[in-house]
Amino acid sequence: MDWRLDKKRPICPQICEKLCVMIASGELGAGDRLMSVRDVALNAGITPNTVQKSFELLEQQGVIYSIRGSGWYVSDNAQVAQNVFNELVHTKTVNYLNDMESLGLGKKDIINIIKEFRYE
Amino acid sequence: MSEILRCDNLTKTFGHMVALNHLSMRIESGKIIGLLGPNGAGKTTLIKIINGLLQPTVGAVYICGNTPGPLTKPLVSYLPDISYLNNWMTVEQIVEFFTDFYADFRPQLAFEMIGRLGIDRKMRLKSLSKGNKEKVCLILVMSRNALLYVLDEPIAGVDPATRDYIITTIINNYNPAASVLISTHLISDIESVLDEVLFINNGSIYLHDTVDHIRAAHNKSVDEYFREVFRW
Repeated sequence: MDWRLDKKRPICPQICEKLCVMIASGELGAGDRLMSVRDVALNAGITPNTVQKSFELLEQQGVIYSIRGSGWYVSDNAQVAQNVFNELVHTKTVNYLNDMESLGLGKKDIINIIKEFRYE
Repeated sequence: MSEILRCDNLTKTFGHMVALNHLSMRIESGKIIGLLGPNGAGKTTLIKIINGLLQPTVGAVYICGNTPGPLTKPLVSYLPDISYLNNWMTVEQIVEFFTDFYADFRPQLAFEMIGRLGIDRKMRLKSLSKGNKEKVCLILVMSRNALLYVLDEPIAGVDPATRDYIITTIINNYNPAASVLISTHLISDIESVLDEVLFINNGSIYLHDTVDHIRAAHNKSVDEYFREVFRW
């Protein structure tokens, strides 16, 4: 998992987003145990309080649940995570299209570029 | 969450110079707080008062309910802005010295960190580089099991990789009962690890807010926001 964060945006929603992506992409399945608060804090280089807050926020939304003394687990309701994931795909696509359009390319050009694109 | 530190209407003057001007604030346990402000804002004066090295002209500081003194020394672990250790001592001797001095000192932890950063424990402090000496000082301070850690410019002289290690050390050492107050100019390096920031200017609190709230309200990193607020 890439824990790099955007310095301009609040940290808490970014952590929530990353966990939702892990769930929506199948990296974490229902019933799987999350990394500990401390591990996430160390990986992302952020304070444990923010991680705790992010986990609690996701718990309120029903994405994860906690078992006292054991840790945090992924719930079997993946809908919220999927919505966050879809939203992320949408904004990233919009950003890409805006970038390409600012280079003077139309939608058709962009589709052709993607079709013909090969990694070196 | 309990109150660790409270400043009530603190004023400190040096002759005509007003270093702190009716400064009030409180810090709760379990927080990592950045003390940020331009040069001469009063950061070090505030820190010295918290540690009892200066007496306030007006007002008072309370650490867990006590004014700075013999009762608060065991609670506060302080990294000053200048080195005060005996240069002729070896790293090992200084760790033993701290073990004798502070009941809450954890020598094993200190040696572990010293080893991890590749510092030779048989070296005398005077033969260490400036950066390595700073690392030793910080390790000593973080190896205590205190309620309040006060770090005055802890990362100024060390390389970026070591800065990351220091930040990791602060996170690793996180304890919900304790708080860390860090004064620094290297905001972008440290802001993600902070819960709250205190902007201080001309001896008063300009702002006391959470990092996430500042970022959400201004759509900027704390570093960028600082540069905007204190632009000449």
